[in-house]
Amino acid sequence: MANQFIHQEYLVAGNNFNSAGSASEAVKSTLKKMGVASSDIRRVAIAMYEGEINMVIHAGGGIALVDIYYDKINILLNDKGKGIADLEKAMQPGYSTAPEEVQRLGFGAGMGLPNMKKYADVFDIQSEVGVGTTVKMTIYFG
Amino acid sequence: MTVKELVQVLDAKVYNLDDEMREVTSGYAGDFLSAVMGKAPTDSAWFTIMNNVNVCAVATLAEVAVVVLCEGVEPDEPLLNKVKMQGVNLIAVKEDIFGAVKKVCHLI
Repeated sequence: MANQFIHQEYLVAGNNFNSAGSASEAVKSTLKKMGVASSDIRRVAIAMYEGEINMVIHAGGGIALVDIYYDKINILLNDKGKGIADLEKAMQPGYSTAPEEVQRLGFGAGMGLPNMKKYADVFDIQSEVGVGTTVKMTIYFG
Repeated sequence: MTVKELVQVLDAKVYNLDDEMREVTSGYAGDFLSAVMGKAPTDSAWFTIMNNVNVCAVATLAEVAVVVLCEGVEPDEPLLNKVKMQGVNLIAVKEDIFGAVKKVCHLI
């Protein structure tokens, strides 16, 4: 059991707000079928959705690699977007660079990265301007 | 209270009721989706004026019991289609958020 895991890969389309969230919804449904506690599923769903939305808004899309074990989930989000110039600032609640038309949809509260950090047990972000951004998150179950 | 009771007290227009007996145990008001994601409690009634398709994703992922569109806002077509597909409870009222919350906050 301990060695069993599910690997999933998702392509997240850039600037498509109709499909945004579908990867997170798919992961959520997998965890539900596995019988993971709903409080843990909620943390995974929030952290992953925020990451997914960030790639949709800021990076022209990206990929999400998900490894689900019996006791944890690893989520890796990778994009080849413009990168984040000031990571420290980007991590501050309320700071957002989302364009106005995206804010009209309800995004751009500047809570994306803070939410990810809050709900993931392990959170790591690496970003280089002009190269892209990689986020690694782990959430333990139970 | 149940979603069904909430509909009655608010005299709300029903757009989709997938699980009208679902218990509403809390509430949240707001339009910034990340704030809702991070703060709306599971099984809450979410009061908002946002009416695009992303509302459904947030409602599903945050596991809110019902979305209450306020100020006479109607769901746009993609949102309506998606809540039906995903089984998300969606209702609407004429009152603004403050007015709607005032009607039900002592009952939740």
